[in-house]
Amino acid sequence: MVQALMTTEERPHALLLRGGRILDPSQGLDVVGDVLVQEGRVRRAARGAWRGELPSGCQVIDVRGLVVAPGFVDLHCHLREPGYEAKETIATGTRAAAWGGFTTVCCMPNTDPPLDTAAAVAFVLERARQQGVVRVLPIGCVTRGRSGVQLADMADLAKAGVVAFSDDGDPVADAHLMRQAFSYSRLTGLPIINHCQDKAITREGVVNEGWVASRLGLRGAPAAAEEVMVARDIALAALTGGRLHLAHVSTAGSVELLRRAKARGLPVTAEVTPHHLMFTDEWVLGYRDEGLRAPAAFPYDTTTKVNPPLRAQGDVQALRRALKEGVVDAIATDHAPHTLLDKLCTYDEAAFGISGLETALGLLMGLVQQEALDLPTLINRLTAAPAAILGLPLGTLKEGSPADVVVIDPDREWVVDVAAFASKGRNTPLAGATLKGKVVATLFGGAFVHNELAMTSGH
Amino acid sequence: MQLEQAAATGWPEQGKGLAFQEGRRRHVLDLDDFSRAEMEMVLSTTDAMREVLGREIKKAPTLRGKSVMTVFYEPSTRTRVSFEQAAKILSADVVNLSVQASSVTKGESLLDTLRTLEALRADVVVIRHPHAGAPYLLARHLQRVSVINAGDGAHAHPTQALLDLYTIRQHQGSPEGAKVVILGDVTHSRVARSNLWGLGLMGAHVVLCGPPTLIPWELVEERGRRPDSIGTGHVEVETRIERALDGADVVMVLRLQHERQEAGLLPSLREYARLYQLNEERLALAKPKALVLHPGPMNEGVEISPGVAHGAQSVVQEQVTNGVAIRMALLYLLLTRHPRRE
Repeated sequence: MVQALMTTEERPHALLLRGGRILDPSQGLDVVGDVLVQEGRVRRAARGAWRGELPSGCQVIDVRGLVVAPGFVDLHCHLREPGYEAKETIATGTRAAAWGGFTTVCCMPNTDPPLDTAAAVAFVLERARQQGVVRVLPIGCVTRGRSGVQLADMADLAKAGVVAFSDDGDPVADAHLMRQAFSYSRLTGLPIINHCQDKAITREGVVNEGWVASRLGLRGAPAAAEEVMVARDIALAALTGGRLHLAHVSTAGSVELLRRAKARGLPVTAEVTPHHLMFTDEWVLGYRDEGLRAPAAFPYDTTTKVNPPLRAQGDVQALRRALKEGVVDAIATDHAPHTLLDKLCTYDEAAFGISGLETALGLLMGLVQQEALDLPTLINRLTAAPAAILGLPLGTLKEGSPADVVVIDPDREWVVDVAAFASKGRNTPLAGATLKGKVVATLFGGAFVHNELAMTSGH
Repeated sequence: MQLEQAAATGWPEQGKGLAFQEGRRRHVLDLDDFSRAEMEMVLSTTDAMREVLGREIKKAPTLRGKSVMTVFYEPSTRTRVSFEQAAKILSADVVNLSVQASSVTKGESLLDTLRTLEALRADVVVIRHPHAGAPYLLARHLQRVSVINAGDGAHAHPTQALLDLYTIRQHQGSPEGAKVVILGDVTHSRVARSNLWGLGLMGAHVVLCGPPTLIPWELVEERGRRPDSIGTGHVEVETRIERALDGADVVMVLRLQHERQEAGLLPSLREYARLYQLNEERLALAKPKALVLHPGPMNEGVEISPGVAHGAQSVVQEQVTNGVAIRMALLYLLLTRHPRRE
């Protein structure tokens, strides 16, 4: 909770961010200029200095040399509440989001109870209103109890405020039921987010099937287990006209299926996680990319256990290319916090997941530094692109929009100190790594929910 | 005597990582971090231990006052007894702990148990565990104990691979250039994996033979292309047993677990035996003095015919004796060469 204490949750009447590089892909904006925020909304974000009169009491912060962008939108995270409060709560998870620059987070329904009723959704929204510091948009279950047997009351859930449907870690295995889900979801216009994994193929797999798995004697989950279900869901979306959003695609084969589906004009979108863009299964062996300057690690480090598993180098290259081309639309963290004990065990026993909200931007800046992606495209994939999938007017600095703003120092080097995480989940293979690029301030509705600008600008 | 000579040679200064501390070997987790010189030293120390085993009074005071604890999370009488025998001959005290698979809950309890052993002042913990990597978890979290891996999941069984190497060397000299066939369920075999490292390091030519569902193809395909791919020697796959055995110097037969059939990896044990059983007729394709090894226990009539299992070319019994000598050598080297730090 150290970070939460450092966060100043104050809402100035008005705020001028002076002289930053404004990057707003929703308007194709990449200029140096001033951003004026007033009464919780963006009043102005444009080239050059603000020459109008400053509102009375307006705070002015010099952000020259920094990047000012819309707050990030995360399509996929786990806030764990209700039911798993030892791993994360809405209070801690949204603070982690703020720290990472995310002003909107969509939370997965694999809670206890799962979000399969309007009442459960209402609980999350109410808890977020009381204790959250950023916008929380719940995702509802596709099936009752996430058991894959009977559809959840999808229209009820939509009315209660869910933005999509997903059974996440337990994808609907029954193709008949999935077909009905796609068909029925058209009543709501909302996408079905599927975690594509044919569990008949993956069985007890804990890492990517390949030479690393075999080298370590760990059971593998092959890329084909994901691709089989991606192909199925694309066919079912085409059959029904339902909207399909692919959660955390991780293989070159999935990317190809997606590319062809989009070429056919099907209503299919997809996301990819920072870890699948930046890590390979060799991390399970203890290898670390020198570019990341992470400390040397041991084999079988359970912080590398995630589902879908970290894949091979060829998959990483395909994902990067697909993200650049827009075949994969958005970046989502799949922030999956766990307790220490969930990970302090053998690889087979460890829980799947990486705590990712607070390291996302710092890690992704590696793509810019390695020239795999330019910064405006990266920001697009974190803002306008996910907002478009949700169909919500977020991830933008257009005049009148909610003042959800991040300030990024692209050159700031920092060491990942998991003990200082706002999230309860310290499960990341990046512990102790040095990252270059950091979110130095986050505004949500015009209020600072994370602010270390004084340290940067000397203001 | 030879024991002192071996000790004077010392562990070669090498390596970082989990198995080493201050340049000295502290754990035996797999053979992937052994140098050839280190391997040779273990084998020559084993010669000295064989000599002790041949004495009328099989007792040396070398490890008096040291304590060895075996912790087995999988039933295995042979390996546990072998370690126990090795430790007792060298006068170490031995405590055996066998944990029923049903009471294995989570790794935290594994760590908890082992921290207790550390607090009880164990010098060496010998662990067998059904999960790959379990010994690495211990090596990472225990401060004062040496860990010896007695088999972890499908990952590694370094003492078995060392005794296999020793047995081959005893009969045929250096395995450099020898054709060694590893026959059977390679995918699920920790014995095969550790042998790939050991045989590779010693320059053998390894042929993996078995049905396509039990061959780790990806392991062989990435060999040499990756800095950490398994083995350093020549490895190939041959699914036809007759071609694999042609001119072989050594045949290592692996145990076939009955679960493979239930998991759909095999149509039937009958068909497996018909295609891959090492019988007299097939063994005749290998060199006349080819050795037959098996880590035991054997399913006679499945992966190996009774005639071959107990035939003139079988060295299965010697493997058991050599296993004791190898484990004596490792205990001796770990406990007498590693400075204790309390």
